[in-house]
Amino acid sequence: MTATREGATFASGTAADPAMAKHDMTLTLRVWRQKGPADKGRMVSYTVTDISPDMSFLEMLDVLNEQLIQAGDDPVAFDHDCREGICGMCGVMINGQAHGPEQTTTCQLHMRKFSDGDTIDVEPWRASAFPVIKDLAVDRRALDRIIQAGGYISAPTGTAPEAHSVLVPKKDADAAFDAATCIGCGACVAACPNASSMLFTAAKVSHLGLMPQGQPERNDRVVNMVAQQDREGFGGCTNIGECSAACPKGISMENISRLNHDLLGALRAGARPKS
Amino acid sequence: MAVSGIVMLLYLIAHMIGNLKIFAGRESFNGYSEWIRTIGEPAVPAQTTLTIIRIVLLVAVVAHFWAAVSLWRQAKQARPQRYVTKKPVAQSYASRTMRWGGVIVGLFIVYHILDLTVGAVNPAGTDASPYDRAVAGFSNPFVTAVYVIALILLGMHLRHGIWSATQTLGQSNKRREKTVNLFALVFSVVLIGGFLIVPFSVLFGLVD
Repeated sequence: MTATREGATFASGTAADPAMAKHDMTLTLRVWRQKGPADKGRMVSYTVTDISPDMSFLEMLDVLNEQLIQAGDDPVAFDHDCREGICGMCGVMINGQAHGPEQTTTCQLHMRKFSDGDTIDVEPWRASAFPVIKDLAVDRRALDRIIQAGGYISAPTGTAPEAHSVLVPKKDADAAFDAATCIGCGACVAACPNASSMLFTAAKVSHLGLMPQGQPERNDRVVNMVAQQDREGFGGCTNIGECSAACPKGISMENISRLNHDLLGALRAGARPKS
Repeated sequence: MAVSGIVMLLYLIAHMIGNLKIFAGRESFNGYSEWIRTIGEPAVPAQTTLTIIRIVLLVAVVAHFWAAVSLWRQAKQARPQRYVTKKPVAQSYASRTMRWGGVIVGLFIVYHILDLTVGAVNPAGTDASPYDRAVAGFSNPFVTAVYVIALILLGMHLRHGIWSATQTLGQSNKRREKTVNLFALVFSVVLIGGFLIVPFSVLFGLVD
């Protein structure tokens, strides 16, 4: 294998089709296959060939699915949408890491991060709050319900107000924007040893709680969102930090501290979750 | 978790400093032990202050244990099916050993109380003075080894616990994160070092 690879690299300068020379990866994939929510599921091995280092991980899965369809097998179900790293739809565990070895989304992870001959384990996010729909696709509506519990502001709609009429300190605007970059992919839950959604909820609480528009509902927001994440069956946060290390947007642990600060303040002020 | 931990942490500071009295000699150490039992006398009966401290600590231990079991159970229910492959990226050895480390430290405290407070499992027995019990116990390398292992586990427990409590109480932020973690490390090392110096001094004959 190594000899072939070196030969191809050496020859690429003079080869008629240099792109062909780069189609040189053969990988063994161990993919979680589960027919439906009731199925038990198992890891199944597949070999994929002609994988370009420039492919994204999802494109590599596309190649696998083409192979499976041509062979008359059921293709692997996985979630994806924008493939630009901004929608939060994709996400699988790759070799035990949420979104794989690079701190980005699965769609932005490229096969150059792997080597020819590698064995790659691909599993769905695992949490009781994220039930498997099929194969690698999980139901993440629990995160939507946390947003519905308080991740919004109530404001009369109409013409957008003049941007300078409400002043926001630069420091707060930056911190709020950092928190607002959360795309809700669920990698934090997947990576957390407790399967806790604390980083997600904390990002939403921080994002709105730092803005003037978020103040009227600040106390109710935090107690209701935390109560909802408990109801969804997520685990509790023990500040280990796996979430932040796996987050494609690098949402920081300080948001969790800010959530706790807001929560303690809200409870002291008498805010109680809606039952 | 955070509040009960802080209560026990404050006690540990006092406990560690009190232990160092052993270097001031037998009279000083035994006198200190006697003083703890007579604080407030004669205004209040003997052992009043000590009993209050013991009750506060017992409540803290129970609360800490209850919170830990709740979190543990919640985590188990939140991920009934484990990953085939899971690669930890950010977790420290300290954070990974919080649960079993905590259980081991809990069992150690039971042994420790039977050994040096009650004297039931101490070689010098229940009638010996606190100083003699400490010397008799730590002269045995196996006893010292148990203390060393348990205290190192406790140190790691505190290292993650101090950081985690700061987060839980909402007192951390990006700017303070490094300082909090450094403080947690230095504090744990100094505290555990202070505890360890006593058994090692006995073992190597500096105190007898």
